Amino acid sequence: MLKDHAKLMQAIMVSGEIVGRKKLQKMIYIAKKIHFPFNDRFQFHFYGPYSEELTTRVEELCNMGFLNEIKEKKGGYFQYRYTLTESGKEFLSLNEVEMPFLEDCFQDMNKQNARFLELVSTVLFFDELPREEVKNKVFTLKSSQRYTEAEIEEAYRYIESLRAKVQ
Amino acid sequence: MTYSTEKLSEEKVFKDPVHRYVHVRDRVIWDLVGTKEFQRLRRIKQLGTTFLTFHGAEHSRFTHSLGVYEIVRRMIDDVFDGRPEWDHDDRLLTLCAALLHDLGHGPFSHAFEKVFDFDHEDFTRAIILGDTEVNKVLQHVGSDFPEKVAEVIAKTSPKKLVVSMISSQIDADRMDYLQRDAYFTGVSYGQFDMERILRVMRPREEQVVIKKSGMHAVEDYIMSRYQMYWQVYFHPVSRSAEVILTKILHRAKQLFKEHYLFKYEPLHFFSFFRENVTLEDYLKLDEAVIMYYFQIWQEEADPILSDLCRRFVNRNLFKYAEFDPAKEYKKMAELNALFIQAGIDPDYYLVVDSSSDLPYDFYRPGEEEERLPIHLLMKSGELREFSRESEIVDAISGKRRTDHKLYYPADFLADETTAGEIKKQIRSLLE
Repeated sequence: MLKDHAKLMQAIMVSGEIVGRKKLQKMIYIAKKIHFPFNDRFQFHFYGPYSEELTTRVEELCNMGFLNEIKEKKGGYFQYRYTLTESGKEFLSLNEVEMPFLEDCFQDMNKQNARFLELVSTVLFFDELPREEVKNKVFTLKSSQRYTEAEIEEAYRYIESLRAKVQ
Repeated sequence: MTYSTEKLSEEKVFKDPVHRYVHVRDRVIWDLVGTKEFQRLRRIKQLGTTFLTFHGAEHSRFTHSLGVYEIVRRMIDDVFDGRPEWDHDDRLLTLCAALLHDLGHGPFSHAFEKVFDFDHEDFTRAIILGDTEVNKVLQHVGSDFPEKVAEVIAKTSPKKLVVSMISSQIDADRMDYLQRDAYFTGVSYGQFDMERILRVMRPREEQVVIKKSGMHAVEDYIMSRYQMYWQVYFHPVSRSAEVILTKILHRAKQLFKEHYLFKYEPLHFFSFFRENVTLEDYLKLDEAVIMYYFQIWQEEADPILSDLCRRFVNRNLFKYAEFDPAKEYKKMAELNALFIQAGIDPDYYLVVDSSSDLPYDFYRPGEEEERLPIHLLMKSGELREFSRESEIVDAISGKRRTDHKLYYPADFLADETTAGEIKKQIRSLLE
């Protein structure tokens, strides 16, 4: 029951706390691309891969009382923090989904900032294209973020390091 | 005159119940409509299983695609043309992307994609770029034109304004399907003043924005989106049909894995079962083919597959109960065990369906850069997020509403000839 919800809860639990909706979206997308069994459908939106399904699932978990969401004002915008509640932990203890290496990967991703994860997820979105074309995509589609060549290379290295963790 | 600018000697029109007429003057558009891949959309219903609840909802992705094309055509020709922010050279690209945006949808596509783990957008791209009639027409415009159209549909085009006309929180796609779905289901909530919205749309570098004076027309559109979500798209009876459809596909896939000998070989499904679907296989599928298999599977020896198919074909759907996972997840474990004791497989006959299972959404104000919101163009030239100006929209976009239902076969549980006591227990837990 609610297996997709349980997987998401597990990802948040092993991360401790995830700060930012954008960060959460990108972490799940990256995890899906390196073959963790998340089923949320992602599409490319203005700010990179985004899943409406995932957004709704997070809302459902908040409404169920399994996820704690704290909204805080940060400069000119709001930011959200997510942790698992006690009842969420109890639900998860009865509905755990086995996902080896999840903790290591999510803790690592959680240490990265949302801007870098946006780049990593964009690189992964175009992973069937040659590296030069991926760079062009990043420079044209993400021009406002002003990513550098070095950052893109770093994103590739980061993807390899995550893949190594799950092998 | 080149092919890309060639006009038909006489304008062609399609009568349309929503837009009255769909007008075609461009040779390229006319040729695309005539391709077999586009004609295939006539055989795929826009609303999947909804016709089992709202009997009028038999309209196809073909009519919707023409509708989206027509809205974009009016946007360009009646409102944007001549404005400095609009590049006239993007006209054909935008029209083609609007017409072809749903080209990769298959029969009952949401259920199919979930069970067989693929994305119809990949097939949209494959049809546009592959060895198809659509590709030949687009290639005739220019060798890089198919790729440009595919990028707009995939939202990966650098032409963000063009993308936003077809796919954003106020786009031609939604404006067509809300009105069309309302018309064909017969409900009255999907109405809004589209002519007014089109008149107040303004092109900007990265998206279409709305003049402040058009705020109330857009409020109506957002309210209609909200109403249609709960009244039509998340209708529990349609969801019940969707649950059964999904379980049929799961069962057939499982039987194939177990080397079950089908009475009639499901040839059209083999590549889906093996997860190596080619474009050729994909294009052979439509709803008539799927319904044929559901018909013949009613006679299969496997009792689960035949029962689920009988339910779908004859509209003997699952009943539902409200379900609050937070309070009732322990009860769910109990129900699961009782179903097994009663000899009813809970994997197929006890199903939780959630709002996140639905491929529709509400307006979101785009906090934390999740989605680009609707922007209002103020008199000063400043852009402001819509819900900050509209109290009505603020009220519904700030409020989260999610829903879960539990589906089960009430007729099985009412039949007390076997496991009568256990079934009584199940019924008392469900009531």
